[in-house]
Amino acid sequence: MAILVNKETKLICQGITGSAGGFHAGQCRAYGTNLVAGVTPGKGGQLFEGEVPIYNTVAEARDRTGANASMIFVPPPFAADAIMEAADAGIELIVCITEGIPVLDMVTVKQFLRGTNSRLVGPNCPGVITPDQCKIGIMPGHIHLAGRVGIVSKSGTLTYEAVGQLSKLGIGQSTCVGIGGDPVNGTDFIDTLELFQADPDTDAVILIGEIGGQAEELAAEWIKANFTKPIAGFIAGATAPPGKRMGHAGAIIAGGKGTADEKQAALKAAGVEVAISPADMGTALKRAAGL
Amino acid sequence: MNIHEYQAKQLFSKYGVNVPRGVAAFTVDELVAAANTLDGPIKVVKAQIHAGGRGKAGGVKLCRSEDEVRAAAEGMLGSTMVTHQTGPAGQVVRRLYVEEGCDIDKEFYCGIVLDRDTSRVTFMISTEGGMDIEEVAHNTPEKIHYYAVNPLTGLTAFQTRQMAYALGLEGKAVRAVGKFMQGLYKLFVEKDCSLAEINPLVLTGSGDVIALDGKINFDSNGLFRHPDIEELRDRDEEDPAEVEASKYDLSFIKLDGSIGCMVNGAGLAMATMDIIKHYGSEPANFLDVGGGANKEKVAAAFRIITADPSVKGIFVNIFGGIMKCDVIAEGIVEAAGELGLTVPLVVRLEGTNVDLGKKILAESDLAVISADGMADGARKIIDAIGDA
Repeated sequence: MAILVNKETKLICQGITGSAGGFHAGQCRAYGTNLVAGVTPGKGGQLFEGEVPIYNTVAEARDRTGANASMIFVPPPFAADAIMEAADAGIELIVCITEGIPVLDMVTVKQFLRGTNSRLVGPNCPGVITPDQCKIGIMPGHIHLAGRVGIVSKSGTLTYEAVGQLSKLGIGQSTCVGIGGDPVNGTDFIDTLELFQADPDTDAVILIGEIGGQAEELAAEWIKANFTKPIAGFIAGATAPPGKRMGHAGAIIAGGKGTADEKQAALKAAGVEVAISPADMGTALKRAAGL
Repeated sequence: MNIHEYQAKQLFSKYGVNVPRGVAAFTVDELVAAANTLDGPIKVVKAQIHAGGRGKAGGVKLCRSEDEVRAAAEGMLGSTMVTHQTGPAGQVVRRLYVEEGCDIDKEFYCGIVLDRDTSRVTFMISTEGGMDIEEVAHNTPEKIHYYAVNPLTGLTAFQTRQMAYALGLEGKAVRAVGKFMQGLYKLFVEKDCSLAEINPLVLTGSGDVIALDGKINFDSNGLFRHPDIEELRDRDEEDPAEVEASKYDLSFIKLDGSIGCMVNGAGLAMATMDIIKHYGSEPANFLDVGGGANKEKVAAAFRIITADPSVKGIFVNIFGGIMKCDVIAEGIVEAAGELGLTVPLVVRLEGTNVDLGKKILAESDLAVISADGMADGARKIIDAIGDA
């Protein structure tokens, strides 16, 4: 069962005729994801890889295929509109990979999504994967191993690092969710932890955060009150100087808030097994879960 | 992206946000001539650097005569100003601004930020104008008032009235605050600002509401639709290596340590800095080559790292997803062949095309130290430079 995506997921790709969209849609298909359609305005009627129909609008793609998930590779100036189009068409899971969306566009999107049945993951994220069932995004599929540990992370490559460590230890993953490092995004740590808590196929979780904002502190409070499964964590950016944006738009220590020390302390206080080094994420999970 | 105070004030004016009359200048003579076109008994000469805290560093001078204006300008222009925001090296003053003095009745604080917890643009106002707002937030948090804006309605009239009453204003000043805040909000959203701060915002003796200072940061993701804002960029205020990196779309930040880092992905790049520190050394930089880097970009990253004289060793840490390990390896071989490799180089490759990448490095003449995992890599580079 896992969370968010599985064998039953019917995926469309918005921006499938672009180079990144086309490449990764192909990779997802090769992994076994059920890609039922692509969407690019003006390219309706064409086929992707000679088999997958392309439509002009998300509404049409959904009507014709019954798609319930979308993966977005639309360039930043048009990405916010693409997310809202997917939500308007009633797509339940919207995974936006696009990096570099203006944050005020996302403020509007966030308001637009209130009251709809759509869940947004991202933007600026690697996507979501349930190993051996469904891959939506840009993560390298081959490093994953099907199993019972969930991962939720703000960082793409650091998620791969955690997955690689777990797989090397022979510990498989139920679902890995990259929520992205932008200041305004869709699904957050708590949303994902709620799903893992309710998922009978997930026994333990790794949470990977980074400096900036208060999301890790809020997650820690929620974990303390609600989360009953073993959980390990890591916070990137302990050595980052204040006032400098560390790549991700959201990764900045501003006004002395959002430091790695505060976040680690909050997680520890919530009973999270905090990895002292990023090379220790897999072993921290082992300690937390008593494996 | 940051801009200067005088540029912020020019933008304020365009949006109907009142500022004192003023003129920017690049030479002392220009500034004196400009000051003579302004009215009033007092002229204020202000050093234009991006860092705050200029007042305490002698970068703001009230002048009552042409001689005083000239003396103030001569003292500031070309000097190196050190404030709590510039770091110990300070910032050279290359531009000046002169404006009319104003009759201050009351001073307030006004900031606009994006509140990540509510995903809304939020006004912060306080009666404690002219103070360090972080201190106010720490010592007397009840003196800061917050107003979150619904993006679908924009800033509402009732919210601007609430602001005015919270500042203790009445009558004509309530309407003046309304106009001021509406202009500011319009500027904020139309130009993709990420922060706007006016400290102090003043009420004059004649009941006008004026921005006496102005600071604006812009969301770099929004700059593509604002070529007029991009033109305001002052590269003299930025670190030269960071400017060079931005030409190649590399995310680079100079730090104080001795181990140069090249990593793919912001999170992994931060984690690589952390693990270097964990094993007892310090990173010389943050560098994210991004997901879609090509050989040229990798080579540019390598050049930027090796140009830093404080770099005693280099740690390349790649977990290839979109990024293919062979592309990284080719870029390293090309750049190291061109520049020569004068410091130890540890490379950790994992993920897509890892075997091909390792083969390219092994077949090159480079003295590459190969690492298995990021902990191994961090230990090896620290050993190689004899640190810790």
